[in-house]
Amino acid sequence: MDNLTDMTIAAAREGLRRGEFSATELTEAYLVSIEASNGAINAYVLVTHEIAREMARGADDRLRRGEGRALEGIPLGIKDMFCTRAGITQAGSRILNSFKPSYESTVSSNLWSDGAVMLGKLNMDEFGMGSSNETSCFGPTINPYRIKGTDIPLTAGGSSGGSAAAVAARLCAGALGTDTGGSIRQPGALTGIVGIKPTYGRCSRWGMIAFVSSLDQAGPMARTVRDCAIVLESMAGYDPKDSTSVDMPVPAYESALTGDVKGTRIGIPKEYRLDSMPAEIEQIWQRGIDWLRDAGAEIVDVSLPHTRYALPAYYILAPAESSSNLLRYDGVRYGFRAEGDDIVSMYENTRTIGFGPEVKRRIMIGTYVLSSSFCSDHYLKARKVRTLIHQDFERAFEKVDVLLTPVTPSAAFPLGTSTLDPVRMYHNDIFTVAVNIAGLPAMVVPSGVNADGLPLGLQVIGRAFDEPTLFRVGEVLESAAGPLPRPDVWWR
Amino acid sequence: MDEIAHSPPHSKMIQGISGFWEVVIGVEVHAQVLSKSKLFSRASAAFGGQPNSHVSLIDAAMPGMLPVLNEACVSQAVRTGLGLKARINHRSVFERKHYFYPDLPQGYQISQHESPIIGEGHVIVDIPDGTSITVRIERIHLEQDAGKLIHDRYPSYSCLDMNRSGVALMEIVSRPDLRSAKDTKAYIGKLRTILRYLETCDGNMEQGSLRADVNLSVRRAGEPLGTRCEIKNLNSIRFIGQAIDYESRRQIAVLEENGTINQETRLFDSKTGETRPMRTKESVRDYRYFPDPDLLPLEISQAYIDEIASALPELPDEKKSRFMSDYGLKAYDASVLVADRNATFFFEEVAQGRDARMVANWIINELFGRLKKEALDITISPVSAYQLGSIIDLVVEEVISSKIAKDLFEIIWIEGGEPREVVEAHGLQQMTNTGEIEKIIDNVISANPDKMEKIKLKPAMIGWFVGQVIKKSGGKANPQIVDRILRKRFDFLPL
Amino acid sequence: MAVDGTTIRRIARLAHIAVTDEEVKRLEGELSLILQWCEQLDEVNTDDVPLMNAVIPMEMKRLPDVVDDSDLVSEILSNAPCSEGRFLLVPKVFG
Repeated sequence: MDNLTDMTIAAAREGLRRGEFSATELTEAYLVSIEASNGAINAYVLVTHEIAREMARGADDRLRRGEGRALEGIPLGIKDMFCTRAGITQAGSRILNSFKPSYESTVSSNLWSDGAVMLGKLNMDEFGMGSSNETSCFGPTINPYRIKGTDIPLTAGGSSGGSAAAVAARLCAGALGTDTGGSIRQPGALTGIVGIKPTYGRCSRWGMIAFVSSLDQAGPMARTVRDCAIVLESMAGYDPKDSTSVDMPVPAYESALTGDVKGTRIGIPKEYRLDSMPAEIEQIWQRGIDWLRDAGAEIVDVSLPHTRYALPAYYILAPAESSSNLLRYDGVRYGFRAEGDDIVSMYENTRTIGFGPEVKRRIMIGTYVLSSSFCSDHYLKARKVRTLIHQDFERAFEKVDVLLTPVTPSAAFPLGTSTLDPVRMYHNDIFTVAVNIAGLPAMVVPSGVNADGLPLGLQVIGRAFDEPTLFRVGEVLESAAGPLPRPDVWWR
Repeated sequence: MDEIAHSPPHSKMIQGISGFWEVVIGVEVHAQVLSKSKLFSRASAAFGGQPNSHVSLIDAAMPGMLPVLNEACVSQAVRTGLGLKARINHRSVFERKHYFYPDLPQGYQISQHESPIIGEGHVIVDIPDGTSITVRIERIHLEQDAGKLIHDRYPSYSCLDMNRSGVALMEIVSRPDLRSAKDTKAYIGKLRTILRYLETCDGNMEQGSLRADVNLSVRRAGEPLGTRCEIKNLNSIRFIGQAIDYESRRQIAVLEENGTINQETRLFDSKTGETRPMRTKESVRDYRYFPDPDLLPLEISQAYIDEIASALPELPDEKKSRFMSDYGLKAYDASVLVADRNATFFFEEVAQGRDARMVANWIINELFGRLKKEALDITISPVSAYQLGSIIDLVVEEVISSKIAKDLFEIIWIEGGEPREVVEAHGLQQMTNTGEIEKIIDNVISANPDKMEKIKLKPAMIGWFVGQVIKKSGGKANPQIVDRILRKRFDFLPL
Repeated sequence: MAVDGTTIRRIARLAHIAVTDEEVKRLEGELSLILQWCEQLDEVNTDDVPLMNAVIPMEMKRLPDVVDDSDLVSEILSNAPCSEGRFLLVPKVFG
């Protein structure tokens, strides 16, 4: 049964129900694969073998009794941003050294209640701050894809790079990611997998380590649109422990996959056509438009006039909130502590040694943004600009059902080349950030490979809480694009 | 209202070497909300407990934890606002106030800054000199309390107990409408009374449920406001008075020597009775307020406010007016009674069908004095409302004299019992038998011939005779009867 | 407007992060960049625009005043770098 790890969640679910293989066999297949591959890919920071086997045994019992739940026996990986009872949770940071939560995040807990099996914790940029996985204290995750004919290690993207690479390299059937400014969609695009950032408030943030509270949202990452629909249905839901979670019933996402987009109106925002856009991105976008048109959808040009303010707003909101959220890491109650002569030097030593350079840089920026040294009230201004950006989208959604845009300005890039160059930064985030700013759902769908054989994705953006339409359009796009060529297995 | 409108009477000014000074005081009261659980967590808000036993994962600021607002804290704040005749804001916002200190696990306190739950209100304060002042309330906001550091257990470590972390506080901010220690003490006392009536704060200063920060400045008459100092964390009304007296004298002394007052935070040392500058917790202070993204704005509907308003108890000012109009009490007696809500219940129970003024006198002069002496609360008074009522009845029925009534009160206090039976058993009834009284009068007259001479010149001497007769009767002779008989005997006296 | 070294050191103290001279230099540039972002936002008129609080109109829910009185002290202390008995320990603070 060599191909167990190649199965989609939907296929594995069927196989398990029919008893073609057991959850234990499926789990062991993944554990073997992780054992052989993780040294090279560095997707997992922790593998929970025993927990996985125990959960798989439990799933097999239930399956035998015909009591299988939605995700019974499906092995999943969890981004290290989620607090889990099993193992430790560090959010890629040294400052949370050996932190062992006594609690389980609502979202991961929802997965276990539906029968999923936990394989381990997945690598990520420290506290989500990065888009190449290079800020992780555990070292970067390596993209399974390589430029044809080279062995240069490429980034798997970030911050959910571990989740993306694990899904792409068949080291889990699906994974949990989090998305604050594109952290599910960008790594998803770079590794040729599907990921969805749900509407803000759709999934509980309880037990998920906070990066930017007003933007963070958990989402599934998997190999197909259907798999994402299955996992999101389990994850999502109102949680009274999160005041920002929304009390609305969770639709049956999988049943939205009708394959029919006839008459669906697809908006193409003109502001996303950048002058400097690489030809391969331009081409994949046009191909996506053509696929949907051919499937019977209606293509409509729309405008999102405040798009250019999404990045400035993000670069004020994100550091400001995160500098506040990271104040609790002080060496008193958990995690790393560096001693000092007095309380102030203990704090300073702990935080200076415990946080990586990128995190410290952002804390400084955020502290500055909120401080009285700064031109006042810019945080509030950014919150108001959010409203305007949100209104742009609402206006566009009066005319269309979803928007189709690029996700990233390029395919995966070599490690060590990410930059702080503002223009490049702008390009990296421009397609993803506005969605978080507006709180809307958006999905990345693998849509092809470039000349180097690296995956490229497209983004579908939907109305608030209209994930069903996203899944429906995403699946049509997915099947039009066809399966991406698999990377050569160099890692095991 | 401007500051001039609140100029105090000259009498409150303090005389310095170079003239008169006015003290200007505003107070921030931190009142712990009476609730079972904390402002944003379900951990117990009860006082005490084993160290770190009332701490949830939220209070300990564990990663990924989120605050969820406690409904009771909202209704208590609204109730307090209504009790202080204040505006209730339909929309308020929780913000993060950042500072680093080990007693603040999140690294920020969730508080309300720009948009508090309660706006302007006022408190009418009766000053012991018989005047009253109106103290304006600027705002009331909800915020989290901090944990506690214990410094004396280990030589090189401080111990952190997070039981208080996250307990709900109401910060009640007054305008600078107070002009003396006396004013301020009366204001705090009145505020505490109102909070206790409302049952929104137990007002227990020893346990820290009510603490005050006093902002104080001085100025010469007619001058603009001076630079103020804040005296933090005063936890008794007496200390508040001492701190104000010390601090106002200190500031006047500095200014009279042409010095300047630094705007600073000071602490009161109850051992020396002095205030001294507080060592700052941080070298730089910058609270970096911003709306807490984990919470939404707090929305309160008019219907919600109306519902709470309809269940509001009768408040001290209203009760005082009613006691004056319905029971005919004097203003002073009424205000003394209403200062303790339980005393008003006791009073009304005893006053039922009796002379209310007499009842008020008994409670204020006898019962309160005795309770104070033994530091007892009126709810556990050894003399019950029923017993006091019976004692008063016995006086009114002239079964016992007022003097004997006090002895009877003491007996009931110590031994308990049914007052009528105690009077019987101890033979405390008044002497109403005129024959017996005549006999005592004869003895007094014959034993004091000199006084008999004096009374002819000085009719007021009759009081001395009455007193002697009552004394000789062991206090049992009815004074009215004694007076009547004596006046018959001394027919030379003018009527 | 540029950000100077004094401001950066003040910010570092607020954030309780030590910065080297070299880092101060680099941060001067980065914080000045933030100012540019802000200048861009200043172009937008937000006078009558409310803050965005949620994606769809919703009211904040409040929980009933119920105590969960389970004593979590062992959980609270289990990750503590330094504790004794029921207390967390920090370097002496002079109160």
